Amino acid sequence: MAAPSPAPPPHAPSPAARLRTIRRTGLSIGLATGLYGISFGALATASGLDPWQAMVLSAVMFTGGSQFAFVGVVGGGGSALGAALASLLLGIRNTLYGLVLAPSLPRGGLRGAARAHLTIDESAALAASGSDDEERRAGFWSAGVWVFVFWNLFTLAGALAGQHIADPSAWGLDAAAAGAFIALLWPRLRRGDAVVIAVAAAFVALVTTPLLPAGLPVLAAALVAVAAGLLPARSAAAGPSSDEDPGPQAADDQEVRR
Amino acid sequence: MSLLWVAVIAASVLSFVQKWIGYQAPQDVLERPRISRITRLLPIALLGALVATQTATSGAEIVLDARLAGLGVAIVLLVLRAPFLVVVIGAAVTAAGLRALGWA
Repeated sequence: MAAPSPAPPPHAPSPAARLRTIRRTGLSIGLATGLYGISFGALATASGLDPWQAMVLSAVMFTGGSQFAFVGVVGGGGSALGAALASLLLGIRNTLYGLVLAPSLPRGGLRGAARAHLTIDESAALAASGSDDEERRAGFWSAGVWVFVFWNLFTLAGALAGQHIADPSAWGLDAAAAGAFIALLWPRLRRGDAVVIAVAAAFVALVTTPLLPAGLPVLAAALVAVAAGLLPARSAAAGPSSDEDPGPQAADDQEVRR
Repeated sequence: MSLLWVAVIAASVLSFVQKWIGYQAPQDVLERPRISRITRLLPIALLGALVATQTATSGAEIVLDARLAGLGVAIVLLVLRAPFLVVVIGAAVTAAGLRALGWA
């Protein structure tokens, strides 16, 4: 398109390019997270589940932390009821993600059910890194779908191969997950109050880890956001345009919105 | 059907309900200024907590190991404006390398 608009500077790619980048990031997240499914599948069968039960957890429960908690309790000799409760405790944060994502995603019908099913740490995080609804939707669906595909494939591989597969931490996959979460958080840390909230939440999560059952430390950390949100706003910090990327993309917007 | 199967299916279905229920909050409640401020800040707090727990916890314990070095490398790469995939691979290679060398 030969519009007489100034060429965008190198750090402000066009909206279409940003969407492509987001979708590529979704694929990367899906692959990195999915590989971890090997360790879930292997751990599940080592804990006494059969491969079918491991697959039902990955396909239907589909939320990694809860799945590891479930097989952890079973493997540790706990009751089936205890396993179910531990997994549900870890799943509470998915409810919070729904609250955050609801305004950006389609309601009702099959897609409404699909968005609920794909609501996990990774899809919510990539959605949160978007600066408008279109980017949030692209992030949510790409991370959600790719994680689902690879998580289930690799769960099956891990469940069938069992202990023949080496520990995924030898490949640094646990550090890859930490790297992915910090990379998703990074663009949100442009303002000082965001840094304070992130650091305070990290601190609360670590301090409460030895004290609370699995799953609750992350929820305790979520209270930091609640407290910060309830504080009287002393600046435009949380104003409606706070998520907009400063930059000359606004002019390019019309080109993409067909 | 074994008790374990019942638990697998019940926990899986309830896990879906947990996800679904978050979307059912009425929109006008979510649009109240305080609530919308909280929902905008929630991802920051949750991600901060996930970074911390993924890096430095193992079960109910604080464990400092090769993951911390991986996180450090990830932050350096982010400061250098590296793309997402480079950051993730950098963290993984760092941790895997340190473990292979037996240093962490």
